[in-house]
Amino acid sequence: MTDGILTLDAGALSAAVRSGEVTAVEAVEAYLAQVAVQEPEVDAFLSLDADAAIAAAEAVDRARASGAALGPLAGVPVAFKDNLCTTAFPTTAASKILEGWVPPYNATVVDRVLAAGAIAIGKTNLDEFAMGSSTENSGYKITRNPHDLDRVPGGSSGGSAAVIASRMALLALGSDTGGSIRQPASLSGIVGLKPTYGRVSRYGLLAYASSLDQIGPMAATVKDAALMAEVIFGHDPMDATSLRAPIPALVNALMEGVTSFRVGLVSDLLEVASPAVASAVGRAAATLAQLGAKVETISIPELALGLPAYYVVAPAEASSNLARYDGVRYGFRGNGETAEEMMVASRSEGFGDEVKRRIMLGTYALSAGYYDAFYLRAQRVRSLVRTAFQEAYSRFDLLLSPTSPTTAFKIGERSEDPVEMYRSDVCTIPSNLSGDPAISVPFGDEDGLPIGVQLMGPALSEERLLRAAFALESARAEEGER
Amino acid sequence: MTQWEAVIGLEVHTELKTATKLFCGCPNAFGFEPNTSVCPVCLGLPGSLPVLNAKAVELAIRVGSALSSRVQASQFHRKNYFYPDMPKDYQISQYDVPVNAGGAVVLRSGKVVGIVRAHLEEDTGKLVHKGGDGRIGGADYSLIDYNRSGVPLLEIVSEPDISSAEEAKEYVSELRAILVATGASDGRMEEGSLRVDANVSVRPVGSTELRTRVEIKNVNSLRSLGRAIGYEVERQISEYESGGSILQQTRHFDEASGKTLPLRAKEEANDYRYFPEPDLPPIAPLQAEIDRIVGELPLLPAGRRVRLFGLMPGASSDQVEVAVTEEVWPYVVAGIEIGVAPELVLARAANELAALVGNAGFLTPERFAEVVALEERFSPSQVKLLLKEAVSFDGTVDELVAKVGLSSSGAEDVRAMVGEVVEANPEEWRRFVAGDAKVAGFLLGQVMRKFGKAISGAQAKAALEELARGAAGL
Repeated sequence: MTDGILTLDAGALSAAVRSGEVTAVEAVEAYLAQVAVQEPEVDAFLSLDADAAIAAAEAVDRARASGAALGPLAGVPVAFKDNLCTTAFPTTAASKILEGWVPPYNATVVDRVLAAGAIAIGKTNLDEFAMGSSTENSGYKITRNPHDLDRVPGGSSGGSAAVIASRMALLALGSDTGGSIRQPASLSGIVGLKPTYGRVSRYGLLAYASSLDQIGPMAATVKDAALMAEVIFGHDPMDATSLRAPIPALVNALMEGVTSFRVGLVSDLLEVASPAVASAVGRAAATLAQLGAKVETISIPELALGLPAYYVVAPAEASSNLARYDGVRYGFRGNGETAEEMMVASRSEGFGDEVKRRIMLGTYALSAGYYDAFYLRAQRVRSLVRTAFQEAYSRFDLLLSPTSPTTAFKIGERSEDPVEMYRSDVCTIPSNLSGDPAISVPFGDEDGLPIGVQLMGPALSEERLLRAAFALESARAEEGER
Repeated sequence: MTQWEAVIGLEVHTELKTATKLFCGCPNAFGFEPNTSVCPVCLGLPGSLPVLNAKAVELAIRVGSALSSRVQASQFHRKNYFYPDMPKDYQISQYDVPVNAGGAVVLRSGKVVGIVRAHLEEDTGKLVHKGGDGRIGGADYSLIDYNRSGVPLLEIVSEPDISSAEEAKEYVSELRAILVATGASDGRMEEGSLRVDANVSVRPVGSTELRTRVEIKNVNSLRSLGRAIGYEVERQISEYESGGSILQQTRHFDEASGKTLPLRAKEEANDYRYFPEPDLPPIAPLQAEIDRIVGELPLLPAGRRVRLFGLMPGASSDQVEVAVTEEVWPYVVAGIEIGVAPELVLARAANELAALVGNAGFLTPERFAEVVALEERFSPSQVKLLLKEAVSFDGTVDELVAKVGLSSSGAEDVRAMVGEVVEANPEEWRRFVAGDAKVAGFLLGQVMRKFGKAISGAQAKAALEELARGAAGL
């Protein structure tokens, strides 16, 4: 059995651990062996702790031996994006300004995943404070796409995506403010779900843009993503924006198919995609139609407005959220004669260029005399996007689009042109602005580089998204077998 | 020569008396060891999020209702600026939609001071400057205590309706009484639970212009407030009269010199970049909830005055002011409710009780009412004695009377007691009867020393005079 550990999905591995067929230690050792081989090339982790992982696995095995009931993720190796607070690892958001900072508390999601029996392998790389689409903005290292080591894994949850794609963990958590789960999932050939805003507690997530940030699962399969979603969904009294909606049984619903679904293929987002990506999305539409869904094309021109609105709202919130990194209480402290000089030095030396760029953008957008023209106008555009989605969801159960306009690009290719980089998120940003859920699922490739398609739905429609994604994933698998 | 008048608006920050802080579960308490009442939320640690304390909102609504404000759906904003005592480098406050809008405070004089708003916000930590000159610019180093960080504050902003230092003091003391009566604050200025900033300008009498104003920060007693405003008004008048102008600036009051001094040499124009706090949904109190809170409001000081003057149109306003205070009022109510003459209740409450109330022990409002009611049977001095004894006596009122050894004395008894003293002091008595009024004090003193527990001074004096008239008339 132990030879096949790496082929089991999270549900199967956890079942094997619960039944005693595989011990948690065996599972973790198999994944650590994989880490030893892959990590030197992929560079996905900012911190790793093999000893702690083994110790945690031993604890799970002891619990089983003592007859305790094990959780739904028992013995499953997981990785956390390094913007989630963990007491067992430093939490840096890939920024020098937080180098070595160990939080005194776990994020709610981290507690939930660990309580379900999962074993933390390490913390994954990201664009500094989740600002970027390639993970090149990390203050520490470049993470490589396991499908082509010269290319980026996407971002900002690029480390988590690369970890799953190279099987160094079975499940990972990412965060998605403008596409940071879905875009790297697409570029790295994995599944990434951005839940409805408020579905998952943000307590313990280092905030980038609070009204847009949402934590979600990243996994090799739709079923694994659904399993992790069931563990992390649900109200948290520590987050005032957390929803009180009941948690649906997501895994059990996957097989229910798409026959009744009305699916809208978003033409405006197809037009921005490369031919290969557009063609993959077209094939996905055809596949859903074959499976019984009613597919129609829809134009939602307002979605194109999302990108500029996002790059006002997100930096505005970021400029405030990142103010606390001032060298006074924790993290990196620069030198200065006065408190003010010390704060200026800490922030000047501690933050990277992209973070500074967005802090300045956001500060400007909120300044007296500019607030109405930028922040307020962006909020009005956000309302337009929300209304446009509402209208679309009155006619369609789901919308289908590319996740990213292109496949993975080369390291360094876009790093000199921030605006070009910003365009990577044009398809994913609208769902953040509306707060609605969306998922990216692999559907084909271009010269070996994965292509992801995006399914979007109205608030709390995760079950529908996962069912449709599962249908596409299953259809691809059958195609592969033929 | 131009006559000048002051134009003053006050911003009063009051700490709300909640068990926990505004956005986390840390105790809201004064006097803890530094940095022991803190958690990730009030330390603003990365990843932490605020969750609103419903009790703070309720207290804010109580105050708003007491000020006749419009209680409305509201929203928190972030006020962004860098300061070491502010852990997030922004303050969660309310901006264009405060929980309470408008309102008024009616002063004792009848003057109405308009209220602009009374909004919720979080307090900052506290800087303690060490070494050097002990001020932020010149200290060797500074320590930060975050215990106060996140304590709920209500900021009450008045219209610039106040026109003198005296009126400013009256306004603050009336507002303080309202805050204490509603249970929103303990009103302790010396512990910083009530802090006042004053915006002061002057203008020629008759003009309606608003000239450049100066903000005086953090004055920590009523007396200082009066002195600071008094100084600042004079300073501005003499500046204008000598042809100068007033700079818009923030000044602080220096207790030692009695002067206001500029807080910073360079005045920075702050741009706080307010925007709606995305971590907190808007507050939308239900009308039923507001109605419940309003229904539970106690009678406020102004209403208490109306009630007392209604009962006693000629009451002394000094006595009334003591009677309407938070500590004394329940005693007044208890006395009046069991039917004791209001004049008697007011007199005992404003004098004897006011001295005891800080440490009243067993002297509850009900016991006070019972004892004051005895004034029909006993003399005023006996009742005063009973009040004093009641503080430490745990028993029924009859037992109290017995313990003190009192019995009620008729006029017959009093004459007998006085007679006894007269017999014992024949020489003094002879002089008194002959018209030497000076010895009256001596004789009465003897009577009271011997029988003071049983009779009052007035009774003794009346009996002494009656006996003397009898002796003189033969």
